[in-house]
Amino acid sequence: MTSPLLHVEGLKKYFPIKGGILNRTVAEVQAVDEVNFDVARGETLGIVGESGCGKSTTARLLMQLIAPDAGALVFDGMEVGRKDGISVHDMRKRMQMVFQDSYSSLNPRLPIEASIAFGPIVHGASQKDARARARDLLAKVGLNPNQFVRRYPHELSGGQRQRVNIARALALEPEVLILDEAVSALDKSVEAQVLNLLTDLKAEFNLTFVFISHDLNVVRYVSDRVLVMYLGKVVEIGDVDAIYDTPRHPYTRALLSAMPSMDPEKRTTEPPLTGDPPNPVNPPSGCRFRTRCPFAEAVCAEQEPQLRDAATSAAQSVACHMAGASSGHSISSEKGLPE
Amino acid sequence: MFAYIARRILYVVPIALGVTIIIFGLVHIAPGDPLNAVVPPDAPKETVELLIVAYGFDKPIPVQYFLWLTRAMEGDFGISFATGRPVASAIAGGVVNTLILATGAILIGMTFGCLLGAIAGYFQGSWIDKLATGFAIAGVSVPHYWLGLVLVIIFSVELNALPAMGMGPGGSKDWAWDAAHMRHLVLPVITLSVIPIGIITRSVRATVAEILTMEFVQTLEAKGLKSSRIFLHVVANAAPTVLAVSGLQIGYLLGGSILVETVFSWPGTGFLLNDAIFRRDIPLLQGVILVLAMFFVFMNLLVDILQSLIDPRMARG
Amino acid sequence: MSDKPTTLSADATDTIDNTQVAAKSRSYWSTVADSISRDPVTLAFASILALIVLSAIFADVIAPADPYKTNMIKRLKPIGTEGYILGADELGRDMLSRLLYGGRLSLMMGISPVALALVLGGILGLVAGFLGGKVNMAIMRTIDVFYAFPSVLLAIAISGALGAGVTNAIISLTIVFIPPIARVTESVTTQIRNLDYVEAARASGANAFTIIRVHILSNVAGPVFIYSTSLISVSIILASGLSFLGLGTEPPKPEWGLMLNTLRQSIYVSPWVAALPGVMIFLTSLSFNMMSDGLRSAMDIKL
Repeated sequence: MTSPLLHVEGLKKYFPIKGGILNRTVAEVQAVDEVNFDVARGETLGIVGESGCGKSTTARLLMQLIAPDAGALVFDGMEVGRKDGISVHDMRKRMQMVFQDSYSSLNPRLPIEASIAFGPIVHGASQKDARARARDLLAKVGLNPNQFVRRYPHELSGGQRQRVNIARALALEPEVLILDEAVSALDKSVEAQVLNLLTDLKAEFNLTFVFISHDLNVVRYVSDRVLVMYLGKVVEIGDVDAIYDTPRHPYTRALLSAMPSMDPEKRTTEPPLTGDPPNPVNPPSGCRFRTRCPFAEAVCAEQEPQLRDAATSAAQSVACHMAGASSGHSISSEKGLPE
Repeated sequence: MFAYIARRILYVVPIALGVTIIIFGLVHIAPGDPLNAVVPPDAPKETVELLIVAYGFDKPIPVQYFLWLTRAMEGDFGISFATGRPVASAIAGGVVNTLILATGAILIGMTFGCLLGAIAGYFQGSWIDKLATGFAIAGVSVPHYWLGLVLVIIFSVELNALPAMGMGPGGSKDWAWDAAHMRHLVLPVITLSVIPIGIITRSVRATVAEILTMEFVQTLEAKGLKSSRIFLHVVANAAPTVLAVSGLQIGYLLGGSILVETVFSWPGTGFLLNDAIFRRDIPLLQGVILVLAMFFVFMNLLVDILQSLIDPRMARG
Repeated sequence: MSDKPTTLSADATDTIDNTQVAAKSRSYWSTVADSISRDPVTLAFASILALIVLSAIFADVIAPADPYKTNMIKRLKPIGTEGYILGADELGRDMLSRLLYGGRLSLMMGISPVALALVLGGILGLVAGFLGGKVNMAIMRTIDVFYAFPSVLLAIAISGALGAGVTNAIISLTIVFIPPIARVTESVTTQIRNLDYVEAARASGANAFTIIRVHILSNVAGPVFIYSTSLISVSIILASGLSFLGLGTEPPKPEWGLMLNTLRQSIYVSPWVAALPGVMIFLTSLSFNMMSDGLRSAMDIKL
């Protein structure tokens, strides 16, 4: 792999919880903890996980909408926020985001044209150019500019609003688009249309996607590689086919087995995940998944498994003691999980 | 929840301190030398010098504040230069008389406010609702000092049925539970109760209307409960709101009674304030306002604590 | 807020060619104007208010007499006396003229504190809400202290210390209204600051000033303005109340509260003339309240 467009190292964000008589910080939610990954130019990286696992926090950290507690973000070889790197302002021009809630992500008092033109104007475009660009983009996302430029968000349907949000994100001609559950709130039929639109736009503008979703089917459909998160940690990352066909982490397996499938061949008899994920305020020691893992042993509580290349393929990394030789786990084998 | 209550009690300390700072500051926003504010203009020279030392006017402002605060905490608000007597003794009598007025008004306010509000909320959109809300808006829009005057015109001047001034016969300044004193109480209490009636009606109506749309009420209806029984459920759920609003209104009434007391020459704190303003008697002004503001602060505290006990959801705020 | 999405077309028909209606797009404000025009009660009170304000402004044109001209023979003439339609006051001055002129000071003393507090409290609340953190703490805790006073008491305390006078009354009432306005502004700003469209604006690289100007102000202004209009009613009552206590304007200036005070001594002679200034205060305060309520429901604002 050539040098990645986006390189994330040691990303960490804990949210304080205030309480007690003096309203001091009594605990911290470990939303994102020591997350590392790369995104190559032109690919789509899917991020999956249960709600509350830190997917959205990761997205906001990437956009620098919230400040990380630790970690570095390297964009196109330049570290973000460093003197000798790239400024947050310049980075945001090249990386944009589409939010989940299509309604609250548009200013209700502005006609959609103004919402789309806002970014270019901030970055120095003239009113006239920005408006022309807004009309252009509306057409690109499949909304007739003549009908829609003067409309307000409440006059649009959910799917139309999300198209506007995509147009707004594209207005700065970014190279990376972060899609945070961007299609999750839409009806299935509309979701498919918007997904197709995204695929077309990606090809047309040479975009790189970070696609966050809890929907495994959608992620499989759009992604080149997939990252699985559990309680603020990366548990597995790899090529989409490797992850879906030969998942190495018991959590990934459980997620996939819970996935509805039309193909009777693919129906597994494996037990689905039971219970809720543990409280991220006080995550389990060692491997965070061990409290729900059918294969948990003493070593899982003692040592935190590190993300390492799965033996079967260099395009897949997994954070599980069973995947590493001599980790101390009884099932530990070169092949990882028993079939 | 107990953490919430403890936190809420602790929070009163900075607020109360802030209140004393503002009240202390009143002397310094008064035009002219602050000395003029606490020393009568005709005081002999020795007295003036004595007071300068006593009030610490020769010391820096933070020290002055500290001196004033420690004295105020001991109940010493200085000497009224209108009467030459300690301010504290005058305030004590006034507070009791104002409390009589405020208590009467809040009782009437709660009774009629809950009644009107509940009916209006239950029969939302009906003519009776419109009447009640109209009355409520009028209640909060009426200048109550004028309403007092109108009541005096009707019941004292035109009908000659009720006394227009004072708390009792012969300019009585001490309350007694007799017919003569009660007759004096009627008009000022009615006047003062109009605002709490308006405000309580409004919030009870909104609360009842909101509760009626909730699913548990529809479940009760589906179970075939009589509407009178459902009404009871609704009342129970509206209680915390009513309590909160009423509690705050007592505090407002204490402060707001000054205008009504002026109209009726009622010898309460409002009357004292009026006196203090008229004679530019700043120690008396400070003393009365300090007592009333502290009462309001503790009323707020009490309401919050009671509310968190009745409705545990509040404690999570 | 009017955050109820009124979907014009079902998502299922959300096809690329968007064949649905090209109905004329309506901005938020034209919807509000439409809704008010269909509310007769609000319109009625708005007309009354307009009448009061206009008659105060044009008092020198429409008043039948000089509001300062005394006439000892006509003292306390009842309502309906020839040449004195609304009677005469304790110095024989024409009541109607004094009521018309009185509106000038009463309205000015009632409205300007709210207007000033809207600017000052609005800025405080906006800064506290947008910046959050320690700045928010400092501003909001200070405001809590002022909140610990009942409004009437605070007004009287400051006015009493400053001394009588129109300017002093306006200053004290402004201080009374800054805390509630700042609180409402802060809470609305905090809500809006956390919405995705503000995040999106930040993501597009805009600075704080631009975000406040384009995205926050336009959404905060409505609710805060409506809330402020509901305070005018209280302000009118308090301003006249201060004059009633002798803390506002001084005689012989016509002002409703002061007129009520001086006529109070005469209720046994001419009771209903004495009540007239209060009618004006009541009518004005009621009209402001009704208008504010009407605007609020038209703008679909819940505070």
